[in-house]
Amino acid sequence: MNAVGFLMLVAGWFLVLAAIVLFASPPLRTAFVLAGIAVETLGLILVFRSHLIPREEKR
Amino acid sequence: MPATRLSDVSTVACIFFIFLVPLAAAGLTLMNVGLGRSRSAGHMMMASLCSLAVAALAYFACGFAWQGFIGSTAHVFNVSGKSWNWIAAEPLFFRKLTFDGSTASLAALFQIFCVGIAALIPLGSGADRWRLRAICLSTALLAALTYPLFAHWVWGGGWLAQLGVNYGIGRGFLDVGGAGSIQALGGLTALGITWILGPRRGKYSADGMAPAIPGHNAVLVLFGCALALVGWIGLNSAGAILFTGGEPSGSALIAINTMLAASISALTGALITKVRFGKPDASLTANGWVGGLVASSASCAFIRPIEAVVIGAVAGAVIIFSVELFELRMEVDDPGGSISVHAVGGIWGILALGMFGQFERPVLNVAGDSVPAAMNAITSNQWLAQLIGVATLLGFVLPLTYGVNRLLNRFTPYRVSVEGERQGMDLHELGAGAYPEFVTHTDEFLPR
Repeated sequence: MNAVGFLMLVAGWFLVLAAIVLFASPPLRTAFVLAGIAVETLGLILVFRSHLIPREEKR
Repeated sequence: MPATRLSDVSTVACIFFIFLVPLAAAGLTLMNVGLGRSRSAGHMMMASLCSLAVAALAYFACGFAWQGFIGSTAHVFNVSGKSWNWIAAEPLFFRKLTFDGSTASLAALFQIFCVGIAALIPLGSGADRWRLRAICLSTALLAALTYPLFAHWVWGGGWLAQLGVNYGIGRGFLDVGGAGSIQALGGLTALGITWILGPRRGKYSADGMAPAIPGHNAVLVLFGCALALVGWIGLNSAGAILFTGGEPSGSALIAINTMLAASISALTGALITKVRFGKPDASLTANGWVGGLVASSASCAFIRPIEAVVIGAVAGAVIIFSVELFELRMEVDDPGGSISVHAVGGIWGILALGMFGQFERPVLNVAGDSVPAAMNAITSNQWLAQLIGVATLLGFVLPLTYGVNRLLNRFTPYRVSVEGERQGMDLHELGAGAYPEFVTHTDEFLPR
């Protein structure tokens, strides 16, 4: 889950970069940047969840 | 392109403001010490000093060469006819710099302090369990790799700063005093390191409780806040002159905005904790104060005082709830609140510039002879440029800093042994406590 989360963070950033380069129209570019941020948010949630401490390891 | 040499007045003002910046580092150090346990106080102070030293040396060795300054030689690649400036190509060891008051020499002086501040931020999160050797190695990585790369993109005329010129996205990513390049970068590094270190022993128990482990000296924490204010005024004012082409006359507005944002943010923190817990909490109020300073950093030169109040108030509220969210829900043990204050506060500051920024003068953050007319318009897509900067922090800086620190952790374990944690970092790593005459609380040494 940790690795997938980080991959999603990077993937979201690449979406943002692609939006800058590929789309000249502001609405389309904005939509893709927001989509990239959404992917990053999902990745961040996954990374946070992967770092929750298992109950048996809490001391 | 900003002049390679500022006017005499700007140079003197800039040097004066830069000399205030180390006070921000002193303030953060005192806060980190006060918010940690008494048995690790000396270690934290020592780690802070070592961190500043390692950061300065690493930045001198190769950091500045890769960061550069606006208009410096850089590696560029072309995508669809647009140039993407991604890393500076200056010689190592400041070899091409002439220390004659040139913009480049002032930028180097400013940055050697800024990189130290960025390096201090993760110390607050790793307090009470992060080994000194690992701190030094991690700091070297930050100062030589992560910081210069992102700071080049923002302050060295890199691709983020070029978003306006190349793609008409606002004036490009703007960050006057380092809310992104210093604070958010340091805060995200702190998050990665906290994940690697794990929580302090006894922080999360099997019954689901997360008992508070309070800091040991509120006086140090609050005095650190006062020092940080002076340092931040220097940070924001010098940044405005060096990286946005501002005049020294704009410093009054910058100082007022910085002060107002910190004030309302601290009061918001005090009020929220008073309402929720019955009494205002000193450490959270201090976090609110610094959070306000952090949030003001990106936009202080481009907003009116009333907007600084709004930005500070939001920062205060967001940071208080964020501390609770990280500690209780996300199980991120961050003794100094660095992640909330610097990462969350910094990201809010960056976005706030996009929401509130007003540009009544040209912003000179890229190399070039003239600023396109479109960039002088009052309304623009500045918020989109700021959002792209945030996406870069989350999608590039966080994975990079986590990855390199995790790799380093395999060779030099970051976390102190169980026995060392029980004993305290002072005794375990330094061989002597910070307060040898104090009575030792036996319960702190009992196995948990």
